[in-house]
Amino acid sequence: MIQARVLIRPKEGILDAQGKAVEGALPALGFDGIEHVRVGRIVELQAESADRLEELCEKLLANPLIEDFEIETVDE
Amino acid sequence: MIWGVLQFPGSCDERDALNACQIADPTSESRLVWHEETDLSGIDGIVVPGGFSYGDYLRAGAIAQFSPAMTAVAEFAAAGGPVLGICNGFQVLCESGLLPGALLTNESTRFICRQGDLVVAEADSPFLAAFEPGQTISIPFKHQSGRFFAPPDLLEQIEANNQVAFRYAKGQNPNGSLNDIAGVTNETGNVLGLMPHPEHAVEPFGGSMDGVGIFRGPALAGAGA
Repeated sequence: MIQARVLIRPKEGILDAQGKAVEGALPALGFDGIEHVRVGRIVELQAESADRLEELCEKLLANPLIEDFEIETVDE
Repeated sequence: MIWGVLQFPGSCDERDALNACQIADPTSESRLVWHEETDLSGIDGIVVPGGFSYGDYLRAGAIAQFSPAMTAVAEFAAAGGPVLGICNGFQVLCESGLLPGALLTNESTRFICRQGDLVVAEADSPFLAAFEPGQTISIPFKHQSGRFFAPPDLLEQIEANNQVAFRYAKGQNPNGSLNDIAGVTNETGNVLGLMPHPEHAVEPFGGSMDGVGIFRGPALAGAGA
């Protein structure tokens, strides 16, 4: 089995409301000097082969209109 | 006109939608369609209702696009059948590629829930048959991920093809949607998605009954699968 990790993030230039909300909370918690916070997600999965991971990402894990994705694979 | 209202695990507005279908046509036998059903025979129009289909896991509407019922709905839409997606249903139709664009988290990140005004746009769609372009209608807004987005070239194409069906009235864009877009159609006009909730504006006690027109539209236009 292949161990894969898919990193999905909002496309550059699209307002990331979640990232903005996190960034907005930081000063109140005493974290100064942090900016451009963007929130994405990681999907970890095991697959018999990496052949169709790209297709899986385009069809389900990410929405290519609004998100970019990267696939990292580790042979077990 | 017999409507089929889809019901996914996590749908929550399907009964209001069914009620709206029955108000629009009291003599019809509109019914719920469970997400595992694939036989839409006898159904003249489809509603993909609001809610949180499959928990909205991953992205709103992302998982529902693969349900057996949605495969049948895609065929129904390709044959020209009228399909109406409301709120989560709009998200499902965008995710499944039946409508252009995507819905992002509201600019404010807040859930909004209030009555608001929509302006009917120029789209050529059976769902607009009861309205005049430029008419203002009052419909509840109720969502957290309703910010309509399309990349510049796609947005230009949507506008050029007159696929915008509704815009938020001036100053009332509640979520940061591009071009104040509240609802869009597919290229042929038989599929409509909108974020606001016409099914909640069909009863005299609701403050507005403007939503009924959307459910009456396809019958007025003589549309049907």
